[in-house]
Amino acid sequence: MHELLQQVFSGLAAGSIYASVALALVMIYRSTDLVNFAQGEMAMFSTYIAWTLVNAGLPFWAAFAITLIVSFAGGMLIERVLIRPVENAPVLAAVVVTIGLLLIFNSVAGWIYSYTVQDFPSPFPDRPLFHALITTRDLGVIAVTLIMLVLLFLFFRFTSTGLAMRAAAQNPASARLCGIRVGRMFAIGWGLAAAIGATAGIMVAPVLFLDPNMMGGVLLYAFAGALLGGITSPVGAVVGGLIVGVTENLVGTYLIASQLKLTVALALIILVLVFKPNGLFGTAIVRRV
Amino acid sequence: MEKNSAAIARTPVGIERHGTTAAGTWRWAATLLAIAIAVALPFTLRNYHVFELTLVMIYAIAVLGLNILTGYNGQISLGHGGFFAAGAYTAAILMHRYGVPYWATLPPAGLICFVLGVLFGLPALRFEGPYLALVTLAMALATPQLLKYFDTWTGGQQGINLVKPVPPAGLGLSQDRWLYLIALLALLIAIRVATNMLNGRTGRAWVAIRDQPIAAAAMGIDTARYKTLAFGTSTLFTGVAGALSAIAIGYVSPESYSLFLSVSFLVGSAVGGISTIGGAIVGGFFIQFVPNFANDISDAAPWAIYGLAMLLCMYTMPHGVVGSVKPWLTRLAQRTAKRRSQNDGGRSP
Repeated sequence: MHELLQQVFSGLAAGSIYASVALALVMIYRSTDLVNFAQGEMAMFSTYIAWTLVNAGLPFWAAFAITLIVSFAGGMLIERVLIRPVENAPVLAAVVVTIGLLLIFNSVAGWIYSYTVQDFPSPFPDRPLFHALITTRDLGVIAVTLIMLVLLFLFFRFTSTGLAMRAAAQNPASARLCGIRVGRMFAIGWGLAAAIGATAGIMVAPVLFLDPNMMGGVLLYAFAGALLGGITSPVGAVVGGLIVGVTENLVGTYLIASQLKLTVALALIILVLVFKPNGLFGTAIVRRV
Repeated sequence: MEKNSAAIARTPVGIERHGTTAAGTWRWAATLLAIAIAVALPFTLRNYHVFELTLVMIYAIAVLGLNILTGYNGQISLGHGGFFAAGAYTAAILMHRYGVPYWATLPPAGLICFVLGVLFGLPALRFEGPYLALVTLAMALATPQLLKYFDTWTGGQQGINLVKPVPPAGLGLSQDRWLYLIALLALLIAIRVATNMLNGRTGRAWVAIRDQPIAAAAMGIDTARYKTLAFGTSTLFTGVAGALSAIAIGYVSPESYSLFLSVSFLVGSAVGGISTIGGAIVGGFFIQFVPNFANDISDAAPWAIYGLAMLLCMYTMPHGVVGSVKPWLTRLAQRTAKRRSQNDGGRSP
């Protein structure tokens, strides 16, 4: 029983990483109706920026803050410069563009920082808590995710920019008529997604170690989480990510070998889509004929 | 979701309009000339370049399969590398374990991939647009793992080494040229079959489902059946291409069938033009040669150059090379035809 609980808690810690990336995916999906395949690599690149800053001697949280700002600006820039031209192109063009971005980020990171695996410092000490049920590091990761969620909720609920963003995502045409700069809102959505991804990358890097291919598996689980929660629902993304994290940990510990990890994610995604295509919190898409 | 399917629909429809008999004759002459050049080409090139062109044609068959699914039926797949691997491993296992001659492995490889495709297409009926892309992405990522896991059959990490086919003794052909001719024959058959299917009842049903799924169902098209059929046909093409690649390269290993291969197919398809048949050949060239060019330009970050090439293609030609050039050519042909008929009309009385 004790071991099971231990696995559940470390699953929650992994799950909060998936939840963050899933949240970033949902953010982009809701604002620009795109699935961003480059989300993981963008997060990886942000993590390298943080790593450079920490190595340059900055305190961890200062590096963290600077990375978030840089990522936010970078995300906005990507939307304005690269995504905008394909906004009305065939959906495949947009998919190809985000996959191109994935390759570019991966390759440039490998070029600048090399493909060797790097240590990444953790801001939280690795000490067991509550009879070794959970480590302080896992607890820290979960706490950071929760704080980020609350901040995002407050932003969308109580600020005029947040309201404008929701309006732009829901009905771009009407929002534009109300004087909302829809394009700018989309860019902010991408910026926020990039910053959320950066947080996830920085939190996961001490566990997975930093290398350009770090986020491949994480992205897949995040997709599974986003789908499970319903790809249009931010709350769903978080819940879905947590469920996926716990499931992955339990299945990996008790059921099957870890070399089939990605296959588990595949099975999970298919099961969700077959039995609950709109996810737990998603809304069914009603179509007018 | 509706927006997405509509966005795919905006690509030009590839239904051929058969023009006047004169145009038909010209078309035939051009096709025959192209085939003649393709047959003569390997005898003017070095063996290594012949081998590269063989791979181009094999990739073209795989991309053609993807075009049928994504371009004509609107289902995005990021997992065709998995079906390519299934075809390759079917051929490899049959040749290696059971001593089946290489040419006899193509039908079973195609059949197995058709069945796999139909099985995968059934749950895929419920996924649309980006959802299907995600599922197939997961499949592409899982493929190397699965291949390593079932190592009694697949040889695990080491893969399987194959004996390359020997050309018939009487012809005096080199091995590479013989493989080239086999691949060319397979490509021609694939193009012929695809053209017939796409211009016929099945193809029209696929396009109708892609453009207006609800209207298509209302007109009595069995949407589920045709979508599954599109999946199976598509994976059949890709599986045969996979088997050919195993025969041509003489080696299969899990790492050759990574996500990157699946991505290459989709990129080749998008660059060539998803809703075209000729685009598959452009795609084959892109898959085979652009990574090499990228390597020549920058040793350090070749995939960044590759990614940039993808972005540039999508910005300048969102409908792909053939998809962008074709409407223009058609208009040109129509204008010339009109002018010619006007001239004739002026002269005859």
